[in-house]
Amino acid sequence: MTTKYMDAELVGKRMSSRVRKNTGWKGLFFASTLFGLVVLAVLLIRIFTQGIEYINIDFLMNHLSTDASRAGIMGAILGTAWLMVVVIPVTMVIGVGTAIYLELYAKKGKLQSFIATNISNLAGVPSIVYGLLGLTLFVRALEFGNVILAGGLTLALLVLPIVIVAAQEALRAVPGNLSEASYGMGATKWQTVRRIILPAALPGILTGAILALSRAIGETAPLTVLGIPALLIPFPEGIFDTFTALPMQIYYWTIDASLVAEYANLAAATIIVLLVLLFLLNSIAILIRNKFQQRY
Amino acid sequence: MAANNKNRMSVSEMIEQQKQKRKFFNQLERLVPSLLLIIASISVLTTVGIIYTLFAESVAFFRNVPILDFFTGTVLKPLSQNPEFGVLPLLNGTIISTVIAMLVAGPIGMMSAIYLSEYAPDNVRRVLKPLLEILAGVPTIVYGFFAFTFVTPLLRMIFPSIEATNILSPGIIMGVMIIPMIASLSEDAMSSVPNSMREGALALGSTKLETTFKVVIPAALSGIVASFVLGISRAIGETMIVAIASGSSKNFSFDITGSMQTMTAYIVEVAGGEAAAGTTIYYSLYAVALTLFVFTLIMNLLAKYISRKFREEY
Repeated sequence: MTTKYMDAELVGKRMSSRVRKNTGWKGLFFASTLFGLVVLAVLLIRIFTQGIEYINIDFLMNHLSTDASRAGIMGAILGTAWLMVVVIPVTMVIGVGTAIYLELYAKKGKLQSFIATNISNLAGVPSIVYGLLGLTLFVRALEFGNVILAGGLTLALLVLPIVIVAAQEALRAVPGNLSEASYGMGATKWQTVRRIILPAALPGILTGAILALSRAIGETAPLTVLGIPALLIPFPEGIFDTFTALPMQIYYWTIDASLVAEYANLAAATIIVLLVLLFLLNSIAILIRNKFQQRY
Repeated sequence: MAANNKNRMSVSEMIEQQKQKRKFFNQLERLVPSLLLIIASISVLTTVGIIYTLFAESVAFFRNVPILDFFTGTVLKPLSQNPEFGVLPLLNGTIISTVIAMLVAGPIGMMSAIYLSEYAPDNVRRVLKPLLEILAGVPTIVYGFFAFTFVTPLLRMIFPSIEATNILSPGIIMGVMIIPMIASLSEDAMSSVPNSMREGALALGSTKLETTFKVVIPAALSGIVASFVLGISRAIGETMIVAIASGSSKNFSFDITGSMQTMTAYIVEVAGGEAAAGTTIYYSLYAVALTLFVFTLIMNLLAKYISRKFREEY
């Protein structure tokens, strides 16, 4: 019987090539991670250099205009603000109510899992489909027309799954001994929910709601379907007025950039306003989360 | 004490008052669950509303256009004298843009996930992961603007014949948008592979790379595949990037440097053109949206099925 000896030289050579392979791939993995960040950096730098010089008080305060040098986006800012006036209460009431029902009231069973499955499926429906729902239901069937109320309700339905899931997680994170203590003092279920569980879960709920809100602010596709006019319209003064919104204005200026080249710069300037708004909202969400995290 | 004297009431009155209060609260207590159930059912009603509107209006459409012509037609001329409604050009545009997006997002997202889960030191990951997730938070209209005004002119240096609106540049940018989704979901799947398995492989003398490819990825495969399927679903439903940057050509072609329309971009174009209610072109919106809805629904259910059915339990 012949004994096979290991060829030390061969093993050593193979080993070093395996190690080299490992190092090479590691570099590739790292480069891939950076790729996304590089694109993000290029995008931000490009948009800021293109749009920053167009941002001034006049641009922020003026009415829309076909004359690029006089155009302002106050109407779009107000439109976005009014949309939020509809979206915030609707999503908060329905989102938190649904979460309370699913987490604290519903018996584990078919109905509860049906509603939960339904919510997770809704989260995957493309936003443009919500636009068609809004067009059919709010604009046409209920005859609101393409007003702020219709746009706001459409966006509210769109971001509802985000709020529900965030609120569910926040409610779940409230420790059970808090509610047990409350029941022990003789409080009823609703009293416990309202006075003990909800306040404890509030930071988490607010964080989720703000993130949902920032999704709604940037959402464009459903609004394009509702038929938001590209025309010059007066500033909206209530939820029954027609409107334009920041992302819609970006959209119109971008597709018209082939006609008037300067519109592309106005679009870039509007994007800066939108991104700053989103940045502020997300910062608030992070602040809330850090300030109230894990007090128990 | 004077105030107390003024409001003095007999004990029986107090009991009576307390009873009234109790009664009100008891009623409220009994009412709350049903009120909450009504609120919770709004999400179910939303689903019903979506499915009902899409089906009802699509039925009206298929009364005018035979269902077979719709799904096998390669000609889409909604505005001509003799309109033709074949959905295949739109399906073609959707599939091609999705393939381009996944060619970008698949490998890069996956490799980012490997780096974050297997190689990155804790402090590096804590910085990189949130940064990467910013990409997912950028509104899609911003990506559309970027694809149209920056990426397309950039691509012109490589393909001089590229059109001002083309499917390649929105496809690439869509891929960038989906990177964080695949990276984050795949990383979750890989991080949940227990360390003892990695340690076993490393102890047998394999390098980190071999451990990753032969142990970690096979163990996390269901989660990784599910993240890819969700990425595809996201790409199919993405609207604004293609609506801005890929134009509105309804030709059935495979030229990725040319304009192509996706299902989502068609909906934006037709709905934005104020199609009058009741016309065939108006109903075609719903038939296209129904097709889109079914596609994304299948993808989402498939992702859920894969991650549940093939999950390895440790």
